[in-house]
Amino acid sequence: MQVPAPFEYERATSVDQAIGLLERLGGSARLVAGGHSLLPMMKLRLANFEYLIDINDLHAELGYIRFEGAEVRIGALTRHRELLESDELAAVFPIFRDAERVIADPIVRNRGTLGGSLCQADPSEDLSAVCTTLDASCVIRGPGGAQRVVSMEQFHVGPYETAVAENEILTEIRFPFKPDLCGSAYAKVERRAGDWAVVSAGSAVWIGGDGTIVDARVGLAAVGPNTTGIPEISAALRGREPSEELYETAGAIAAHSCEPVTDQRGSADYKRHLANELTRRTLRRAVERTRG
Amino acid sequence: MTTTNDQKPIGYGRMLRKEDPRFLRGRGRYTDDVQLPGMLHLAILRSPFAHARIVSVDTSAAEALPGVKAVVTGAKLAELGLAWMPTLSNDVQAVLATDKVRFQGQEVAFVVAEDRYQARDALELIDVEYDVLDPVIDVRKALAPDAPLIRDDLQGKTNNHVFDWETGDADETERVFASADVVVQQDIVYPRVHPAPMETCGAVADFDPVEGRLKLWSTTQAPHAHRTLYAIVAGLPEHKIQVISPDLGGGFGNKVPIYPGYVCAIVGSIVTGKPVKWMEDRSENLVSTGFARDYIMRGEIAATRDGRILAIRTNVLADHGAFNGTAAPVKYPAGFFGVFTGSYDLQAAYCKMTAVYTNKAPGGVAYACSFRITEAVYLVERIVDCLADELGMDPAELRLKNFIRPEQFPYTTKTGWVYDSGDYEPTMRLAMDLAGYGELRREQAEKRARGELMGIGIAFFTEAVGAGPRKDMDILGLGMADGCELRVHPTGKAVVRLSVQTQGQGHETTFAQIVAEELGIPPDDIDVLHGDTDNTPFGLGTYGSRSTPVSGAAAALVARKVRDKAQLIASAMLEVTVADLEWIKGSFQVKGDPGRAVTIQEIAMRAHGAGDLPDGLEGALEAQICYNPSNLTYPHGAYICVVDIDPGTAEVKVRRFIAVDDCGTRINPMIIEGQVHGGLTDGVGMALMEMIAFDEDGNCLGASLMDYLIPTALEVPDWETGFTVTPSPHHPIGAKGVGESATVGSPPAIVNAVMDALKPYGVRHADMPLTPSRVWEAMRGRSTPPI
Ligand SMILES: Cc1cc2nc3c(=O)[nH]c(=O)nc-3n(C[C@H](O)[C@H](O)[C@H](O)COP(=O)(O)OP(=O)(O)OC[C@H]3O[C@@H](n4cnc5c(N)ncnc54)[C@H](O)[C@@H]3O)c2cc1C
Repeated sequence: MQVPAPFEYERATSVDQAIGLLERLGGSARLVAGGHSLLPMMKLRLANFEYLIDINDLHAELGYIRFEGAEVRIGALTRHRELLESDELAAVFPIFRDAERVIADPIVRNRGTLGGSLCQADPSEDLSAVCTTLDASCVIRGPGGAQRVVSMEQFHVGPYETAVAENEILTEIRFPFKPDLCGSAYAKVERRAGDWAVVSAGSAVWIGGDGTIVDARVGLAAVGPNTTGIPEISAALRGREPSEELYETAGAIAAHSCEPVTDQRGSADYKRHLANELTRRTLRRAVERTRG
Repeated sequence: MTTTNDQKPIGYGRMLRKEDPRFLRGRGRYTDDVQLPGMLHLAILRSPFAHARIVSVDTSAAEALPGVKAVVTGAKLAELGLAWMPTLSNDVQAVLATDKVRFQGQEVAFVVAEDRYQARDALELIDVEYDVLDPVIDVRKALAPDAPLIRDDLQGKTNNHVFDWETGDADETERVFASADVVVQQDIVYPRVHPAPMETCGAVADFDPVEGRLKLWSTTQAPHAHRTLYAIVAGLPEHKIQVISPDLGGGFGNKVPIYPGYVCAIVGSIVTGKPVKWMEDRSENLVSTGFARDYIMRGEIAATRDGRILAIRTNVLADHGAFNGTAAPVKYPAGFFGVFTGSYDLQAAYCKMTAVYTNKAPGGVAYACSFRITEAVYLVERIVDCLADELGMDPAELRLKNFIRPEQFPYTTKTGWVYDSGDYEPTMRLAMDLAGYGELRREQAEKRARGELMGIGIAFFTEAVGAGPRKDMDILGLGMADGCELRVHPTGKAVVRLSVQTQGQGHETTFAQIVAEELGIPPDDIDVLHGDTDNTPFGLGTYGSRSTPVSGAAAALVARKVRDKAQLIASAMLEVTVADLEWIKGSFQVKGDPGRAVTIQEIAMRAHGAGDLPDGLEGALEAQICYNPSNLTYPHGAYICVVDIDPGTAEVKVRRFIAVDDCGTRINPMIIEGQVHGGLTDGVGMALMEMIAFDEDGNCLGASLMDYLIPTALEVPDWETGFTVTPSPHHPIGAKGVGESATVGSPPAIVNAVMDALKPYGVRHADMPLTPSRVWEAMRGRSTPPI
């Protein structure tokens, strides 16, 4: 049995109380949400924290999927399973269901959260790629009720590093809900069900009344230090009509703008190839979805 | 099928496993469930380096941690003369490193503390200073003149050579190759894999200093062999050692060796005077315990232009890790690899093997391989497919053309193995029928025309299991014969005591059925005891598919002994001569007079009752036996796999798998199918995802189940199984082993299917595991993937 080093544990009763604890305990404390990233690291003693602040009792406050005007707002403590099962979410952003179907297994999905996934900032995290694709922004709350909103690009500072400070909590993720016809899709190649991605890609397209692409975004995971969007692809697609050639162009851009490394999941060449292949597949699928 | 499993045969037939209720209700009792008053917990400090000299070990901070009862280093063990122990291959292995560490994860020190948390915390406080040395990781460079010397502990050792071994006739083989129309050569790697049983290894040692008795619960597939070895190694008298192997959460060969952790637990108990539990964690299991395979093979096959196979030759480089810990009979350092001649009637065969040390974990034989037959079958079935490709022949047809014919059995191979019985063609034809082989080939042709990648792979294997005849086979001097004891109670219920130990194979059911078949007592009335050396006869344990071939024979024969005695008692009860009695399963009847009969239960009561017994007959109804097999048994099977490959992502999907097994007499078909299903799943794992890899510093890259992938239900198809029955002529009930058939036979079927699918890319071979990346690399003509 792998066991973590000794730590103290407290269950937060409110977001502000949790922030208060973080402020008092500083870097020796960590929030625990689903625990599916944090606890394995602690059990392997790759990470040791003196205090764990469990925020699971805040699910009523931080676990939700809301449609508010031009935004979809999802609470940081919303679980993978809730994202998977929400028909409303799947209706507007099918990319979520695509992704959740291939994230881990039911046991992990029952507990793991959207906020935890983003804050873990693992370059292979699927939901980070989804949020990048959907141009999400992150709501971060700090001491004294201070709240700031950052884009995904600002949120991910580096591998395993985010814009969330030691005394802050990620509370909500917001997704712009643009008026144009939106289609989205996600695809992942894994060596086995439940494995982390060899490479995965998400695409979202917004198509105007004239049938041309108003905006398009692609997010990749596991091919670089962070799950980043590829502005070059968006630029290449905007104003064009969807076509196989266009997907090929986008795929080629994806392949050359990522930085994969060779590891047990695959060779760098193969990952580059997948970035291309999966970009094309998801774009094609996203466009198909705009057509019902 | 499930509905027919719930039967109550008195003898052979489908029936649910007797052990299932306790496992299904969570009532299994595993080593980690053992709780003893005052029990302490042990944790092991392991080397972070693959090769390093130990400069100093400071344990003072760990000793000062509250709750810590003992901290033991290699130096302390050396004082007790216990720093080194023999391996199953007559090498030695460090229990705790004294001079150097030789693989990442090697045992360096241990802590005994009041709970397992304290024990783990204390490990962090042990300060070891290492002087890091260059490691030997690439097996191909292990014998280079400038390679670092790993085993400087062995007197006079100047290189990393372990052994050379050869079999077959080199000259004759060369002669056949020289004159053959067609010769195909292929380099084939069987990578290092790990059995990864769900339950990791562990032990609870309870040494009683007053009685001088050691009681050891441990995760072992061979409790009796372990007891004897502890007696020899630790100098404890054998009769004062009780080894108990409770329920095991899988073994697959991983629990055959004696690991340093077991010895540490014993030492910990002796030192503290308290029971001590050691349970390794998942990472420890993966990085330090018995791996499997790791053979780098060059296969060559010679044939006539029209597809008559003439000879097979192979050269093998075997990676044995830092200590030669292979579990194999002494005369067989390469296990039974000699059956690489497969199921074919050859003119010549030859193998030359070199085994080397590397800075990797020791082990070698594990993971359901029947002593290296997995490697042998993979080699021959892969190379035969390469030949089919070269000749442009259908791989099924090529095999059918070259099978050993039924009238040739018993068949002596060119490497000296005597196959007991076999009838290969019907097995192959049945598999082809079940698969719809012709239809599959048609479908494939259509798909190829459309650019789709579909592959059909065939493997035909002959296994050699049931080690083994004591004249040839022993492990560290212990003959591989098995005892068995049977006692029928006065009311006709019975208990049979085995030396073998189940790890999920269903011994408690199968062995009850064997006795039931012989005595006509319902299996539910027969208790099967195993796994406790105080309560069972001596024998070598369960691995290499040997339980049914060896202990199964013993169980049948001991039951016949009891039946013979029952017949004497029956003759007295019915007042006729023995010759006038006829055995109708469950009772003795007077020939020609069915009204006059006594049941086995009545006889049992009489055997224990007050009345007189025939002259010279002792009371009770029991017997014991030690069975020494005259030969191995040779099950065979034909496997066909169908895969689809996504040309864009190179992902392989196993669409269908047809497995026809011939394991001779079938005792419980449901259990056989379960063994086959499990083995096939293992095969998917090995073929497509499993590998213990190392980086150039010797860091193990498969240290968790996130990195070392094992298959799930989602990667496997619905298995389609079938069977033929060719009984073993020398086994008392004609049964052959089946535990490992599927693990042995399935990897080549899957790999052959993938290669078949990749034909349009001109790919003849790619090494396992065929991850999407490797398949994609192969499609680009790169058969040696970067990792
Ligand atoms: C077997 C297994 C397989 C997996 N496979 C996949 C996969 O295929 N794809 C994939 O994307 N993921 C996978 N995961 C990861 C899984 O999705 C995790 O649940 C997720 O990464 C983290 O979510 P969590 O809620 O469990 O976070 P936790 O482990 O609780 O926390 C992770 C980190 O985020 C911080 N944190 C959590 N919530 C907040 C917050 N609101 N504000 C600030 N900081 C916060 C924590 O302090 C911690 O540092 C897998 C995990 C496992 C165990």
